[in-house]
Amino acid sequence: MAVVSGPPPYPDTRVAQPRPGQAVGFFTDSSICIGCKACEVACKEWNHVPTDGFNFLGSSYDNTGELGANTWRHVTFAERPAAPGGGDGQMRWLMNSDVCKHCASAACLEVCPTGALMRTEFATVVVQEDVCNGCGYCVPACPFGVIDRREEDGRAFKCTLCYDRLKGGMQPACAQACPTQSIQFGPIEELRTRARRRLEQLRQEGRKEARLYGVDGSDNEVGGLHAFFLLMDEPGVYRLPTRPATTTRDLPAMWKAAAAAAGALAAGVLLAFAGKGR
Amino acid sequence: MSSSQGPFLKAPVWKPEIGAYLFSGGLAGASAVLAFVARSRGNHRLARRALLTAAAGAAVSPPLLISDLGRPERFHHMLRVFKVTSPMSVGTWLLSGFGAAIGVAAASEVLGVLRPVGLAAEGAAALLGPGLATYTAVLLTDTAVPAWHQAHRELPFVFAGSAAASAGAAAAILTPAEAAGPARRLAVLGAVGELAAAAAMKRRLGALAQPYEREPVRRLDRMAQSLSITGAAILGLLGRRRPAAALGGALVLAGSICQRFAIFRAGFDSARPR
Repeated sequence: MAVVSGPPPYPDTRVAQPRPGQAVGFFTDSSICIGCKACEVACKEWNHVPTDGFNFLGSSYDNTGELGANTWRHVTFAERPAAPGGGDGQMRWLMNSDVCKHCASAACLEVCPTGALMRTEFATVVVQEDVCNGCGYCVPACPFGVIDRREEDGRAFKCTLCYDRLKGGMQPACAQACPTQSIQFGPIEELRTRARRRLEQLRQEGRKEARLYGVDGSDNEVGGLHAFFLLMDEPGVYRLPTRPATTTRDLPAMWKAAAAAAGALAAGVLLAFAGKGR
Repeated sequence: MSSSQGPFLKAPVWKPEIGAYLFSGGLAGASAVLAFVARSRGNHRLARRALLTAAAGAAVSPPLLISDLGRPERFHHMLRVFKVTSPMSVGTWLLSGFGAAIGVAAASEVLGVLRPVGLAAEGAAALLGPGLATYTAVLLTDTAVPAWHQAHRELPFVFAGSAAASAGAAAAILTPAEAAGPARRLAVLGAVGELAAAAAMKRRLGALAQPYEREPVRRLDRMAQSLSITGAAILGLLGRRRPAAALGGALVLAGSICQRFAIFRAGFDSARPR
């Protein structure tokens, strides 16, 4: 059963070619994802991402599982009741191609102690593989569970938003391969306009469950996502956290608490000597 | 759909070496402060032993940290940058400075040469010591892991208490009883502070403290409490006798180690609840 019927949502195929210095990203419209996984395959092919195992997960048509060091695009398959409430027993798939969000305020980048994680001239977040020493700090810092360490290699890996292709004036491999325009690449501002227009269109068709995720900073505390989504159900259904936050936003409070505790430690030692030296 | 609420995180990839470093770094940092204050009070026997304990703690820490790296031969990439947004970067520089200072101080003490330089280095290490003992709390809390992040107000105090307890306990074991009074008092004070701060931390965490109620963290956490309480009681009441001081000190040290590993392991369970 098709999630969406009616006229093609994006008749104007071409998104403007980004200039260096211009923020780019992905808009992933899950309402027209058909779950073909061409994005997963194209990503692996182009980026030489190693296999993530030949696993049967028993989880609908999803044998990829989740994003990780060797999975930079992941199509989720959520089996949900076709009608809200699920009265007639009919099921439908909610499919969505998940990816690194290239957060405006990126925790992985901020906690990286070597500077291996950097912000590119396209405002994307990339690991410099010649610098990363595999300290692993980015892994638990990411609020989306995206970046991970490739154990046989020792370094951290994630989506680069095809930095090499961007430099060559091409769009990322996943967006190029997507047969339905579910994955759209382009300048962030243009994608935001497209996303809002698309939401409006779906709402007019009566699809009240449609919603945008991460299009700006209003539903998250990571300053907005540079890869945002149009979803047809709660974010949790797609393995997306409800209100993701950049851990470093609390860093002043953390350093303050550590300084106070350091003071308490020094005071404690002085107290242990109170009055007598032995 | 509670299972759909997340947190959808990756579990940390850190090995037990990091848990051990939480202990060794804290022991080194607090011991340096103990050494400096003992010296300034004229208690040179206590100062010497605390100083050498600090040097030993500082010596084992870098190998623990480097062996945890995915690419250990690139450890020096940490020295490319200094970033306050990265507690690991701050810690790298803290530990480097502390290690250099405590190394000079310990060498001067043992060889009996360049005493003015040695004493200045001892002062510098004492200045960096409290930071070395508490920044590791920020290292854990500056992540998306709920049981770590949401404890960011209390965890530094748990680590400060644990560091004080272990420094006092180690010095109480190594120092003749008549010179070890301050060390015993520091061990008791630290253990009390550690346990109080850990209780406050769990209260703050509320439902997020669940990992502490599940194995293997539950057992580690309970052991930390009973070892610290028993050890502190023995040190405080019977510590004037050397065998009792050795036993009490060993129990406090073991309690501090269990505390560090309980908190370290709790983060793994919190990131990916089973």
